[in-house]
Amino acid sequence: MGDQFQEELVIRPLHSGDIYASFQFRTMWDTDFLRGSKVSHYRLFPKSLGQVISKFSVRELHISFTQGYWRTMQWGQPFLPSPPGAELWVWFQDTVTDVDGAWKELTNVLSGIFCASLNFIDSTNTVQPSASFKPLGLGNVTDQRFLRYAVLPREIVCTENLTPWKKLLPCGSKAGLAVLMKSEKLFHSSFHSQALHFRPVCQDWKCKSTVWELRQTLNVVFDLHTSGQGKREWSLFKMFSRTLTEACPLASSSKVYVDVTDNPQGELFELSPTTPLLSQAVVLGDRRTYSVYDLTNQATFGQTRSLNMLLRWRAAERDMLRPLLHGERYVAGYGLQTGEIHTLMYNNHPYRAFPVLLLDTVPWYLRLYIHTLTVTSKGRDNKPSYIHYQPSKDRLRPHLLEMLVQLPPNSVTEVTMQFERALLKWTEYTPDPNHGFYVGSSVISALVPSVVAMDTNSTRECPLFSSFFPCKEESSYFMRVYTEPLLVNLPTPDFSMPYNVICLTCTVVAVGYGSLYNLLTRTFQVEEPSPGLAKRLANIIRRLRGVPLL
Amino acid sequence: MAAIEVERHRGRLAALAIAVVVIAVGVPLWWKTTETYRAWLPVTQINQLAQLQLQLSVEVEVVFSRGTLTAEHQKKIDPTHTRLEEHPVDETTVLSYRYETRYRTATIMEEDALNQPTAAETDESLHLLSESPCGSVVIYVVPESTTLLPEGVSVYVGQRRTALLRAGRPMRVGVGLKEVLAHLETQVQQVLKVMSFSHSDITAALSDRVRLDYSSREGLADSMRAFKSSPGYEITFSLLNPDPKSHHLHWDIEAAVQSYIQPLLSKLAPVADFSLDSQILYYAVLGVNPRFDPSLNAYTLNADSLSHVINPVEARLGSSAASSNPVLNFLLYVPDARHSPLYITDHRKYTVVSNAFSSPRWGGIMVYNVNGTELPVHINIDMTRVMGVFLAQLRLMLGVQSSTPPPGFLVGPCGPAGLADWELDRLLWSRSVENVATATTTITSLAQLLDQIGNIVINDNIAEQVSAAVASLQLAVGQLEAGNLGLALQYSKEAILHSERAFFDPSLLHLLYFPDDQKFAIYIPLFLPMCVPILLSLLKMAAEARQRRRERQDKKE
Repeated sequence: MGDQFQEELVIRPLHSGDIYASFQFRTMWDTDFLRGSKVSHYRLFPKSLGQVISKFSVRELHISFTQGYWRTMQWGQPFLPSPPGAELWVWFQDTVTDVDGAWKELTNVLSGIFCASLNFIDSTNTVQPSASFKPLGLGNVTDQRFLRYAVLPREIVCTENLTPWKKLLPCGSKAGLAVLMKSEKLFHSSFHSQALHFRPVCQDWKCKSTVWELRQTLNVVFDLHTSGQGKREWSLFKMFSRTLTEACPLASSSKVYVDVTDNPQGELFELSPTTPLLSQAVVLGDRRTYSVYDLTNQATFGQTRSLNMLLRWRAAERDMLRPLLHGERYVAGYGLQTGEIHTLMYNNHPYRAFPVLLLDTVPWYLRLYIHTLTVTSKGRDNKPSYIHYQPSKDRLRPHLLEMLVQLPPNSVTEVTMQFERALLKWTEYTPDPNHGFYVGSSVISALVPSVVAMDTNSTRECPLFSSFFPCKEESSYFMRVYTEPLLVNLPTPDFSMPYNVICLTCTVVAVGYGSLYNLLTRTFQVEEPSPGLAKRLANIIRRLRGVPLL
Repeated sequence: MAAIEVERHRGRLAALAIAVVVIAVGVPLWWKTTETYRAWLPVTQINQLAQLQLQLSVEVEVVFSRGTLTAEHQKKIDPTHTRLEEHPVDETTVLSYRYETRYRTATIMEEDALNQPTAAETDESLHLLSESPCGSVVIYVVPESTTLLPEGVSVYVGQRRTALLRAGRPMRVGVGLKEVLAHLETQVQQVLKVMSFSHSDITAALSDRVRLDYSSREGLADSMRAFKSSPGYEITFSLLNPDPKSHHLHWDIEAAVQSYIQPLLSKLAPVADFSLDSQILYYAVLGVNPRFDPSLNAYTLNADSLSHVINPVEARLGSSAASSNPVLNFLLYVPDARHSPLYITDHRKYTVVSNAFSSPRWGGIMVYNVNGTELPVHINIDMTRVMGVFLAQLRLMLGVQSSTPPPGFLVGPCGPAGLADWELDRLLWSRSVENVATATTTITSLAQLLDQIGNIVINDNIAEQVSAAVASLQLAVGQLEAGNLGLALQYSKEAILHSERAFFDPSLLHLLYFPDDQKFAIYIPLFLPMCVPILLSLLKMAAEARQRRRERQDKKE
């Protein structure tokens, strides 16, 4: 009986005055579905997902649905990054023989489970990245034949995707933190992302046996100006129109964290009710302090039997530390024939260079000219140390470009590449083709040097013996940054044209044919021109007079 | 004048040549290029299948034990006897049953077995002597004075495929063999109705083909309860805990499934593939608020409101996304403390003993009351009680009919599997007939559809599936005729699989409707100006030719 369930909510006040709420639900599944027995028993783990995972022999599954774009420069780093639209990447077990078939069926089944258009994933938008997406769980499989990665940037996320996602939680939305998830509030926000991560993890610290971990995350950023009603304050009720009254009774831990790192003395904002519990953690290379509310403890709810945290800003907006890694992307050029994709990667670290892995998937209808690929940083050519390029095949597979690029300190690295726009067949155009075609986000994965190691002249109290060498356990951390998706216009025909063309051609052919036919079949004979009017009158007179006619 | 005539003749030839080219080259070209690909389908064979003539053959062995047949009769008896019954069901379906009866006397070992003290032991030791094939029936005729059968019981139906039949009165000395056999025949008929199939079972299995008139409501309910035949079933046991805060429930479903459900399913393995799973659903509530009944001091759910119970639960059950087999749901509902105890009452307001009900072709629900005053309580669910109810429901859902035997019959207790061999045979008979009926209707309706809509592209793989379905159907019908029940079921399952695959192939949906009026609207700008001059000149030529012939005739006269 190793099934376990944990839930937590992290609230981070952002420097812009917005607020970031991140839910995480973790369900552990102690089973061995790989043996292929026909009997399976589910306690906390959702059956619908478990059946799919065991049927398709999935080793790891990561799926995210995101509405809106995470603004790294305003909001800092998210706990779990995700690109706009839907993203799905799956590692299959190495016993799977027909990976493509399993992938096709799996996407169809998942699209049914999550009410999403994942069934539009086919070979034209699926790639097998060689380095960017390594398994996050246990195991040493790195053979990319078992990996499939696809992004649908056009996918729109709404309530119908949230409902099935909530259904996978053991408590549903009846108890615990999930009661806060009211869709009319969650989707009235600047950013909404829900994700699901399934992977094998160790059961205990000795790691003798593995269990399967399902992590469901939901990240949302509430906008101060649209939902704050002018006052610079946040409360649970204001964010979710609910308050917390109990933990999910099945959860072994149920906690709410509020990030108070920048607010040690309460100069930035005021948090009430206060909690004596503080927790420190190194998150994304930064040492953060959190106030912790333990929902399994009845005292947390106080006299009113409900927890409604209130966060009132005191200071005005403040600048934040710029994120060390940041990416941007845009399309340049004019006209509907050629164009250029620019990808910008910012290294804001003052003195450390670090390598990043850039993954670009471009659909086949943008024909990349790979010879025009240039990587420049600080005005100089920057030669990538590793390039993996897989050219596209029309209507079969997209372009895949992976590069390992060293980013010099405090610099902007620009990757440019020219492309030509292809003409599609008229049935291949999406509905509303004049809107443009989406190209998925590039993915920048990197081991980023930690900020903790950066502040050597810290004013913080910390023992001198602990801070000499910068290589602490948190000296660098893994980070993934998604750029904006691109919206590219393709040459779009007038769709009533085929009929017009048919009619016009037929008419031209008919006219040509008609005259030819006439020429061939008519008989021509010389006919005396009829006499003129004067001549005819003269003849009448002559006849009357009995004189021979003219 | 001659020059003009020559010119006219040339014009006529040109028009004729153009018309010939258009008709000989243009029309076939147009036909060929706009044709849809339609692979060849075995239409004649499908039409033959539409006229379904099913013959079911049963091998019956009647064994006379010592003292049931006189020596004189033994000599005279005809060792084999075949009886044919024919039942036309409707104009396209004819059922015929062939009973091949073999008469013989018991061997010494069988005599020994028949001397066991009880019927059950006899049954067991007879089974050890010989294994009778699937679908056949062995009837042992025992003397009237036997002690194996209790008083008033004339037939004992065992666990396997054997029955013991008490020899009737006319078997005494001095009665002709004919009367003996005739009397025996009626009894054997009855035994066979119980042990292999009855006409009503088979016609019920044909419900996909034949519109039946249900004389009774009961018959309709019976036929609706069982699941349709399918190559596989998913069985899901769900524990509904609406109040996890106060009830900590534990059910040992692994062990219970292993000891109660698995034996039955392994016995049913030839019928279909089964997959089993269980889940626990928290905060799952029924769709109806139970009413408090002061006389019982309990909450009650009336039979009328049960139909509304399932819907909200169903949304949480998680339809199986991974397979398309039908799901059998068995729910164990533990009412929350504020609504317990909860009892289900029938139409006459009596509480139902099992506290459970079943929903046709869906599954069953059982209410399990717990009494704990102090909350939260830890409860270990008594799986024996639960599984007893679920097992009975499962048998109903799978169509194992427990029809009441006619008077004078005693049905032996079923073994650890919960299913006697002859019950399995009954199921196999009706399932194979049902499969054959379903597959034939699928194939014939597919052929009809393809015939009606000429625009549908028929790919080679669909033609292959159709041919495979037709071939397996023919094999299945042949095996039913030969009396090989196991093979017949296997072929009929294959037939269903192929026919469904052909019927639901997505490629059939492409361009299903490409209306003719729109097609011709596009063609008209080309066709009209091209064909009108040709037609006109052809008409003119015909008129001229007629006139010339008339002139020639005039000249002759």
